Amino acid sequence: MKRNRPLLLALVALVALFAVYIGIHPRGFSVYVVTIWSNQGALLGLAAIAQFFVVLVRGIDLSVGPVVALTNVAASYLVQGNTAEIVLGMLAVLVLGALCGLANGAAVVFARVQPIVATLASGAVFGGLALLLRPVPGGTIDDDLSDLLTYDIYGVPTSLVILLVLTVAVTLPLRRTRIGLSMYAVGSAEGAAFLTGTRVAAAKLTAYALAGVFSALAGLYVAMVTQTGDAGIAPAYTLNSIAAVVLGGVPLAGGLGSPVGALVGALILKTVSSVMFFSGLPPLAQPFFEGLVLAIAIFIGAIGVLRLRSRLDAYQR
Amino acid sequence: MSAGAAARRTGWRPDVPALIVLAGCIVLLLGGGIVFPTFLTPSYLLQQLQIAAFLGTMAAGAMPVILLGQIDLSIPWTITGAAIVATTVAGLDDPVLQTLAVPAGLGFGALVGLVNGIVVARLRIPSMVWTLAVNAMLLGGAVFWTGGHKPRGLAPPITTTLALGHTLGIPNAFLTWLAVSAAMVFLLRRTVFGRYLYAIGNNERAVFLAGARVGRVIVGAFMLAGVLAAFAGLLLAGYANQAYQGMGNPYLMPTIAAVVIGGTSILGGRGSYAGTFAGALFITLLLSVLSVLQLPEAVRQMLFGLIIMAMLVVDGLRRAKPA
Amino acid sequence: MAPFVRLTGISKHYGGVPALTDVDLDVAPGVVHAILGENGAGKSTLMKLLAGVTQPSAGRIEVDGRPVRFASPRDAAALGIVCMFQELSLVPDLTVGENIVLSQARTRAGFIRRSAWREAEAALARIGAAHIKLNVPVRALSLADRQLTEIAKALYRRPRLLILDEATSALTQSQTARVFAVVREAKAAGAAILFISHRFAEVDAVADRVSVFRNGQHVETFPAGTRSREAIVALMIGQRLTEFYPPRLTPPDTAAAPLLTARGLSWHGELRGVDLDLRPGEIVGLGGLDGQGQQLLVQALFGVLIGVQGEITVAGKQVHRLTPNAAKRAWPGFALVPEDRKTEGLILDLSIAENLQLAWLDQCRFGLLRDQGDIATRLVRRLGLVYGGMDDAVSTLSGGNQQKVVLAKWLALGPRCLLLLDPTRGIDVRAKSQIYSLLRELAAEGMAILLQSTDQEELVHVCDRVHIFYQGRVNAVLEGDTLTAEALVAACMNLLPGQAAA
Repeated sequence: MKRNRPLLLALVALVALFAVYIGIHPRGFSVYVVTIWSNQGALLGLAAIAQFFVVLVRGIDLSVGPVVALTNVAASYLVQGNTAEIVLGMLAVLVLGALCGLANGAAVVFARVQPIVATLASGAVFGGLALLLRPVPGGTIDDDLSDLLTYDIYGVPTSLVILLVLTVAVTLPLRRTRIGLSMYAVGSAEGAAFLTGTRVAAAKLTAYALAGVFSALAGLYVAMVTQTGDAGIAPAYTLNSIAAVVLGGVPLAGGLGSPVGALVGALILKTVSSVMFFSGLPPLAQPFFEGLVLAIAIFIGAIGVLRLRSRLDAYQR
Repeated sequence: MSAGAAARRTGWRPDVPALIVLAGCIVLLLGGGIVFPTFLTPSYLLQQLQIAAFLGTMAAGAMPVILLGQIDLSIPWTITGAAIVATTVAGLDDPVLQTLAVPAGLGFGALVGLVNGIVVARLRIPSMVWTLAVNAMLLGGAVFWTGGHKPRGLAPPITTTLALGHTLGIPNAFLTWLAVSAAMVFLLRRTVFGRYLYAIGNNERAVFLAGARVGRVIVGAFMLAGVLAAFAGLLLAGYANQAYQGMGNPYLMPTIAAVVIGGTSILGGRGSYAGTFAGALFITLLLSVLSVLQLPEAVRQMLFGLIIMAMLVVDGLRRAKPA
Repeated sequence: MAPFVRLTGISKHYGGVPALTDVDLDVAPGVVHAILGENGAGKSTLMKLLAGVTQPSAGRIEVDGRPVRFASPRDAAALGIVCMFQELSLVPDLTVGENIVLSQARTRAGFIRRSAWREAEAALARIGAAHIKLNVPVRALSLADRQLTEIAKALYRRPRLLILDEATSALTQSQTARVFAVVREAKAAGAAILFISHRFAEVDAVADRVSVFRNGQHVETFPAGTRSREAIVALMIGQRLTEFYPPRLTPPDTAAAPLLTARGLSWHGELRGVDLDLRPGEIVGLGGLDGQGQQLLVQALFGVLIGVQGEITVAGKQVHRLTPNAAKRAWPGFALVPEDRKTEGLILDLSIAENLQLAWLDQCRFGLLRDQGDIATRLVRRLGLVYGGMDDAVSTLSGGNQQKVVLAKWLALGPRCLLLLDPTRGIDVRAKSQIYSLLRELAAEGMAILLQSTDQEELVHVCDRVHIFYQGRVNAVLEGDTLTAEALVAACMNLLPGQAAA
């Protein structure tokens, strides 16, 4: 379907980039290399899926990074002890993420605050809370669990399995359930959705809550990978999650795309920066090229503009 | 006059958002004064005005772009980049070239704005994503140029005078901000460009169909944002007597917050400069009060976020249409 | 039979502008009830109140004898009131199937049941739209197919009250007949049907009862067939039809050189080789069913479309790469009154004065704002604008006055060629009449006018010549004696005169 063209392009790009990465990595195609790649990709991938849900309902979430940091910090306190405590701890972290998301959603839906500024403000609150709970990186995560989730199963990185399972679990029902469909409708044409009797508030709140849950999943996984709680990790996630979503062919205007796109976009970003790391490019030039790649990807995504048939389509409202 | 007409006059009417923010400033001053009496001394207050001028200049530049319904996320590294450019040129041996330091810095900002404006106007790429990428590229460029070290060079003397000096007891920085503000008010209320900003922010399609050249206005707004961000960067360099990595980073969120709580809608089309001015003052005072209270950084950040959120919620509820 | 829905004393204001005043109406089950009225009579507001889109400012709505208050369309739908909106309530990025089942699909554990899709297909098949596949995004559909999808969506919800608001404006005769057959089935099954249309033929075909609205008030209700067409029109506009349209002043000079010539205009298959000449002093009409390309032609002439093939010659010189800005500035000066005045012609939150200046601003020297002065006051007086103060937001004006502001905005520049897209849609009778007179005066002063309209009577009485569009081409040009309402309707349906049902 023509709709999926941006996603397909992104997938092709990802495969090509991955091949390059494997090619230039000194240790080549090995379980170790793929696992590291997958673990890193999972971190941003989960954050990108979080951002996707908010973008789907025509919002933007600048608090993704802070929520990842906050839930990471919470995990460093809660995910230890006996099995029951660990499970409860993980659940508590997810609930925390959901609550953060709902707070954002409530501001947007009930107080009619624009998403960009609401999440800017809430991000400061969540980030501050993270800093309060862990002024200095530290804490512990259950070792066995961490190992379990960051190594591999018969050669396939566990993170990749988890990532795929989560993505599929959340993508399949998205268009096939009433609430999922209502999210697409609200993002695409809120007015029409309202006239059709869609529960607009419920759709938005669900989207923001899901974003919070996925940010929490990212925070949890960071804890597994780094085995610490660190309040300073926020900046690496917020803007990159937006870039990932765009790279994955999801329009910022909402109503289109899927979590798969966000995931692919995140993997592309991570692969690009890994490629640069191993490419022999002077390390000082790498940040510039990462920005350049983002710019080029945005350009490619905007090629559609050149095929505009009416000047009026270029102007909204 | 029917009730409906009175309700929708667009002539002079009290600027409620600006007044609310102003009231907030007074609350902060009084509250801060209670905890820390020296807060209300003239010298401390003047210092606040001086610091507010930096944020205020950035907010003045950010406002036209936001009025259009766009956003400029490349402010942080435009600030830093311009500072680096200017201090590098000022640090050259040739005295003739040294005089080009300030124009070079401002020109840098104008160039960034030009690129931003053209891409957004012609390619219709969402400004949020594009300026994000530009910010990343500017960061990369700065890192590459300076080798990751502290940028070498000197702050051009004029910037030090503007940032640190006083005229008749009033900080030059504040006077500069007043001059910028006067120009902005004139621009927004008395020029065709200003009228187009509000019109396009309200309804791009109608302005386009009225035969206006929308693209030029967009480019102009981004260039203005770039130049003013660059100017703020030069002032900061003058204040610190050097440029340093990441000097613009702490300012992005406060700049947007200052513009938005001052009553400018993030969607565009609405907002007064008085509100932006008051917003910059408020944010500066808020940050000062929080620091004076000697609370841990984490709590300060949380309070900052909560207060901004509270003001946004109040504004949102105020604007909500009655059932 | 007891009414299903009863409205008592319903009034609705939009910021001081009354849309409905003290309306009483009964809607009975098993009856097809037509609502007739001029644009601006309040029909759409009535539908919006019944569908729960907005709430009355005063009065009571009762359903099954119980007073109700609809906070949203969801509440109305819960009671079985379903509206097929004129502006369409379809979500462009969702598929046809998804749009039909949206918010209504029967689910199992949250998932949409397969039976829901089958029912959607059945709804489409019932109205003869089986050619529309469920997995096509709505964005890709023609206007006619979108209307059919919207109707199917309404039927899918098994309404007890089905409201059709201009539901068939883009449909062919056979498609419309099929829809009416379904409407009769629904009626026989006990549903109440409310039916808004401009077309008397449709009302005659399907309505049992007719209510006429005028200026926001319910004028009269009578059984269908008990009043003549002239009597109904008189009820609708409150005056005799012959006084409503202004007489022609000076016959257009057919020997004058055309101001605008279009040859072979084509665009992405939606315009297919259109030729047009426009002379000073002429009012040329563009007609046809909705979405046949007539609006696109006007947009092409104003430079809105990209990639238009063919030639456009203005005052003897060929133009290339037209944009609205170029069209405005180039001699002899073009002006476009767009279709949707609220989103394209005006900036609602700005004042009347600011809107009047919108097209004129780039003439200010040094880029400094100045007062438009005399130009504005003279135009406002000439157009008979009714307003509170020039600083009032333009949203406070009635539809007719808003359209006058749009016209004044352009006339301030002194253009020689005026392009109008459905300018009197949604405008009250008095303002319409004033606009027609204005157009005639402008034509007499030498203005070349191109008028696209969906109102057959308007085209017949106001234009010197009418081009009818069908599938991107002009399939008939009517003028003089051949320019009659019957010939127009026939041409719209691509039939020979006499083939169309009376």
